[in-house]
Amino acid sequence: MEMTVAGLACARGGLPILEGVSFHLGPGQVLILRGPNGIGKTTLLRTLAGLQPPLAGTITAPAETVAYAAHADGLKAVLTVQENLQFWARIHGTDTVSEALEAMNLADLADRQARNLSAGQKRRLGLARLLVAGRPVWILDEPTVSLDAASVALFAGVVRRHLAGGGITLIATHIDLGLEEAAVLDLSGFKARYQSGAFDEAFA
Amino acid sequence: MTALLLRDLRLAVRAGGGFGLGLAFFLIMVVLVPLGVGPEGELLARIAPGILWVGALLACLLSLDRIFALDHEDGSLDLLATAPIPLEGAVTMKAMAHWMTTGLPLVLAAPVLGLLLNLPGGGYVWLVASLALGTPALSVIGTFGAALTVGLRRGGLLLSLLVLPLYVPTLIFGAEVVRRGAEGLSVTTPLLLLAGITLGSIALLPFASAAAIRINLR
Amino acid sequence: MSIWEYANPKKFMETSGRALPWFTGLALVTLLAGLFWGFFLTPDDYRQGSTVKIVYLHVPAAMMAINAWIMMLVASVIWLVRRHHVSALAARAAAPVGITMTLIALFTGAIWGQPMWGTWWAWDPRLTSFLILFLFYLGYTALWEAIEDPDTAADLTSVLCLVGSVFALLSRYAVNFWNQGLHQGASLSVAPGERMHMTYKLPLYVSMTGFALLFVTLVLVRTRTEIRARRIKALLARERMG
Repeated sequence: MEMTVAGLACARGGLPILEGVSFHLGPGQVLILRGPNGIGKTTLLRTLAGLQPPLAGTITAPAETVAYAAHADGLKAVLTVQENLQFWARIHGTDTVSEALEAMNLADLADRQARNLSAGQKRRLGLARLLVAGRPVWILDEPTVSLDAASVALFAGVVRRHLAGGGITLIATHIDLGLEEAAVLDLSGFKARYQSGAFDEAFA
Repeated sequence: MTALLLRDLRLAVRAGGGFGLGLAFFLIMVVLVPLGVGPEGELLARIAPGILWVGALLACLLSLDRIFALDHEDGSLDLLATAPIPLEGAVTMKAMAHWMTTGLPLVLAAPVLGLLLNLPGGGYVWLVASLALGTPALSVIGTFGAALTVGLRRGGLLLSLLVLPLYVPTLIFGAEVVRRGAEGLSVTTPLLLLAGITLGSIALLPFASAAAIRINLR
Repeated sequence: MSIWEYANPKKFMETSGRALPWFTGLALVTLLAGLFWGFFLTPDDYRQGSTVKIVYLHVPAAMMAINAWIMMLVASVIWLVRRHHVSALAARAAAPVGITMTLIALFTGAIWGQPMWGTWWAWDPRLTSFLILFLFYLGYTALWEAIEDPDTAADLTSVLCLVGSVFALLSRYAVNFWNQGLHQGASLSVAPGERMHMTYKLPLYVSMTGFALLFVTLVLVRTRTEIRARRIKALLARERMG
């Protein structure tokens, strides 16, 4: 699996915010996105995940290869940990969730309803979904929010195993995950210049 | 895809209110109408088909905004849109779950409520048949309305305004089936037209609903 | 030169700016001429008396109420296929004009119906169809107003317009099926054995042309306003980002 992004521009609320974003990731490579709040990290990740069309540029990895983890975990409060994960496993055509539960240290909580989990446990369950999705590109938006140090280390281990299997990972984060091998891309340099307005046709 | 249907049904059962809400509304409506228009059996018998269909329609309308709102809030909708199942299929499953939690109980309860409204004997079979045939269309059309308003904070009233005119043909043919059935006339034409609307909606509207969701998630 | 060049906002503003005074003038002249001719220069009907003259408002308004929706449908399809902003804005601009035309048709219908049928409102299939059309217009406009992002709003309203058109047509047939109605048949008919005499028909044609021109004028003015509003929005956004 490889991912090449060239000249990507994306918009939020109809306004271009990033342009000229380019990078290349080979198998087993990880990229950390940085930049101040509001620069457009989430917008870029949603564009890469295929949730919104880019204004310009190309992405070689099709949306079907991407597993996306957003701020919201997509958990249902009245379902148990097992049921929540099982649902996403079925949607992605896999059926075993025990390994994923084990990997994210959730096996003991399998029968607990999601509403009774702590914020960090919910986050771990949300991230466990990546493992059952079985997709080679992981796109993670602030994955470590509300995780404690031990869980961050646990998750870094999960990401390393994914990379070792030839996977690709993109992470937008402010927290150091301890992935020394990661390349870093600062988005500050790709801020869209204001010449390209939202309704630029009007000024043609 | 059945996983989605099963999850939605399970959520409706566990969260409560899923099955009961529409049904309770239907019952309230049917109890209030005779109190409002008076107890004469003949009058009630004449308006029963219309009241029952309008009641079913409003009961359906009541729960529409829940179809996507919760999934949108907790992020599941984003994940479903990027999942390997086609969004058109997911939307159809959501509509089906809505029908099974709202439409189906109405179909089953309707004969009892028909009794309260003094519906003539010939009408019961056609009441159940027309609701069974017509309420899926209400759910599918409603799902389209819910897909249009999914990103809006106060979409409830707007949703009703959008969906109500779309419900007109279904209501007219559905109530007509029951009226004709109660009077002992032939119901074939309105029944076929009702079936046509339902099948056409199920076949085509999921594409529009999925498109609306994709636009709203952008 | 391709016709799509006029879909460029700047080009559209130039061309429509030059055309607008002509349309305004023509609309005023034909409308006044048609209505004056119809109201004052035609004889009273032997059965309906002078009441029948409301036809010169009722029929053109009803015609434009439907044509406005058809124009919105075409504009919506153009927006969805070719992504021309002017097209989406023209659809948005036409909706309130269409609502007004629908209301005129409904009110004149009521005023006409009172002496003829003895009631202000009857659930006659045509009147009912127009009431339903009015609901469609309301929903469409409400959706435009509710969504903040203009491109999202344009996309969603276009999808609604497409689906709504199918259901509006279905409703039309359903309503016919539901009640055969009191309404007199189509006022204009190309079939032989026509129901309306030329003396009444000619001013009606003029009045219809007047309404059509009025519609074009109003839609042009409103589209220009929408474009200007979008430019202001774009400028403000730039300033914020600047």
